[in-house]
Amino acid sequence: MTAPTDPPPETLWTRKDLVGIENLSRQEIETVLDTAAAFKQVGTREIKKVPALRGRTLVNFFVEASTRTRTSFELAAHRLSADVINISASASSLIKGETLKDTALNLQALHADFIVLRHSSAGAAQFLAERLQSSVINAGDGAHEHPTQALLDTFTIREKLGRLEGLHVAIIGDILFSRVARSNIHALLKLGAKVTLVGPSTLVPKTFEPLGVQITHRIDDVLEQADVFNLLRIQHERQRKEYFPGLGEYTALFGLTQQRAQRLKPGALIMHPGPINRGVEIDSEIADSGRSVILDQVTNGLAVRMAVLYLCSGASHPVPQSAPAA
Amino acid sequence: MSCTLIRNGRILDPANHVDQKGDLLLIDGKIAPLSALPAGGPTETIDATGLVVAPGLIDLHVHLREPGQSAKETIASGTRAAAAGGFTSVVCMPNTSPAVDNPSVVTWIAEKARAEACVNVFPTGAITKGLAGEELAPIGSMHKAGIVALTDDGRCVQNHELMRRALEYARMFGLPVMDHCQDYNLVGKGVMHEGHVSTVLGLPGWPAIGEEIIVQRNALLAETCGTPIHCQHLSSGGSVRILREARARGIPLSGEICPHHIALTDESIRSFDSNFKMNPPLRTQRDIDTLIEGVADGTITVLASDHAPHCSYEKEVEFDLAPFGILGLETELGLFLKILVHERKAVSLARVIAMLTVEPARLLNLDRGTLSVGAPADVTLIDPDAEWVHDKNASASRSRNTPFHGWELKGRAVRTIVSGRTVWELNGGFPGQS
Repeated sequence: MTAPTDPPPETLWTRKDLVGIENLSRQEIETVLDTAAAFKQVGTREIKKVPALRGRTLVNFFVEASTRTRTSFELAAHRLSADVINISASASSLIKGETLKDTALNLQALHADFIVLRHSSAGAAQFLAERLQSSVINAGDGAHEHPTQALLDTFTIREKLGRLEGLHVAIIGDILFSRVARSNIHALLKLGAKVTLVGPSTLVPKTFEPLGVQITHRIDDVLEQADVFNLLRIQHERQRKEYFPGLGEYTALFGLTQQRAQRLKPGALIMHPGPINRGVEIDSEIADSGRSVILDQVTNGLAVRMAVLYLCSGASHPVPQSAPAA
Repeated sequence: MSCTLIRNGRILDPANHVDQKGDLLLIDGKIAPLSALPAGGPTETIDATGLVVAPGLIDLHVHLREPGQSAKETIASGTRAAAAGGFTSVVCMPNTSPAVDNPSVVTWIAEKARAEACVNVFPTGAITKGLAGEELAPIGSMHKAGIVALTDDGRCVQNHELMRRALEYARMFGLPVMDHCQDYNLVGKGVMHEGHVSTVLGLPGWPAIGEEIIVQRNALLAETCGTPIHCQHLSSGGSVRILREARARGIPLSGEICPHHIALTDESIRSFDSNFKMNPPLRTQRDIDTLIEGVADGTITVLASDHAPHCSYEKEVEFDLAPFGILGLETELGLFLKILVHERKAVSLARVIAMLTVEPARLLNLDRGTLSVGAPADVTLIDPDAEWVHDKNASASRSRNTPFHGWELKGRAVRTIVSGRTVWELNGGFPGQS
């Protein structure tokens, strides 16, 4: 038995790694989404497991804490019959001073086929991908990219609204520090959507504009316009205190309140990568309303991650050069 | 008596406004008049046909890493890299371990250099103890021990009052103060130029204003105190404009640029290769253009490398965790000549030589950088049109952290002579080496 019942669409995928969306073509993104659609069906069957990656080993290497993304990758790997081990920063040798490269080479020496990396440093996944034979899947690198999140977000939009071409997507919140925002911007633009970034001027700098996005600091500008609202988790930790005065003021200016929600287009989607702060970036009732597809995103994340693992497993690549030429 | 005659070269001595074909005589480690040639002829003759005969080059911004960081570089290896780059004198920075913040470390470096260095080493001392920016280092004692300037390079004194007092105190000894211009609040955890590329990559930005605000601070302090301040490794076009205006008003403020800041932009960092990470960071093409304008109109007076070796295992890590800095000595002349003279035609060859010889010598009161009779016989022979490819694996440095591996450069030193003795030759390497 092959993986999904219907064979996956003619694959354009030749990559061993998924480190970001920025360097993918539209066709590659669509290949992942189409493959995920086939895998999503598998999840509705009584027997949810397929043998596609039987005998392969996946290491969830989470240098930065995460629960939902790690769980989603773990479950995706189990559904594909791969063996999974989880390593967190506190359990790894990184705290003993071992470099990321050395830790990863050790994992490769144990014949890990996949390394799913979550790391606080931008570029960490690309760094490993260039140095390892194993497939490296980026599960979030600093404020750089979170490609599987963007894939599951675009998958969900496509599933609910039937297309991406011509849609208007508003991404609202802390854009500056958000890898979810960056990966979504790349994916949405490649798939033909229009993107508006909304948030405080300190967290939505003009330096995003050359990517081809619109910027506004007034949520009113998009309420009646956008087809999709992707609300990012807003945090007010130590390092954010210089960027905005507090959560109360944020909610007053940018929160998706019930009052604001009344102005949305019929059929407009509300998305959130989670975990949500009820009453901060989104009113509790809105999060639970029929417009919200937040839990669909979680379900689709599983199918998308199965697709990514499946596609990357098919590639066989030579050992890359350790350092790119100047 | 040792007597070397360099024949038939293009003698280029900007300090004396000399640029003519001719011979140069070196006797017992000093430049001698041609009339002093002994009847029996020279003990050594060097044919300099087709070559420029310049005063030995001086790099006033070098990290030799000793004491304490000899895995990165040593005084021996760093000065060999200097010689291979055409430099007869280097000024070494005090951010070693321990820091050069007391006379005993100055003396240690001087003794180590006497024993192991193949070029002249001039130490600098820290402005503040431990480069911590909190209290003055024993500046007078370090002056007595032989430092040529003060700097907290790698760090920047944030407290303006402390910087003011340091400048006033240094004036008593005639010591110039060099400053690494970086405002810690504005720069924060920045690791690359703040702009579109840092936004796309999600890396913390190091804004140009983080440098410019300290250059402006230094203009005000230099004016108030009358002590010269030299702004190190300027990276931002805005800094050039501030420097130009200050100099026009007669303020004793000067500035240097490094090759990488006119050779590369922040676009290089899309590779996340930490060989493109240095402090201050690579900026934009507009900054490059303004820096080069600053060289052309005399605002920038000194060229330097900021040679900053790091071990491969230190550099080959996540970009934001990697140390700042790249090698510089061996690619410096080839990059400056290629960009400033051959490609951009911003200045003459003679001006580049001046910015690498008499300008730094005057700034730091060194008795070097000229071919005047009686001066130390430090001479660099240069082929200004030689096209060559840099190979980092052939480097004399202990480290390999350069973004210029495989680069095609134009112009290079072919022989380096210190006090009349050849210490490096392009085709012969280092004397005494197999």
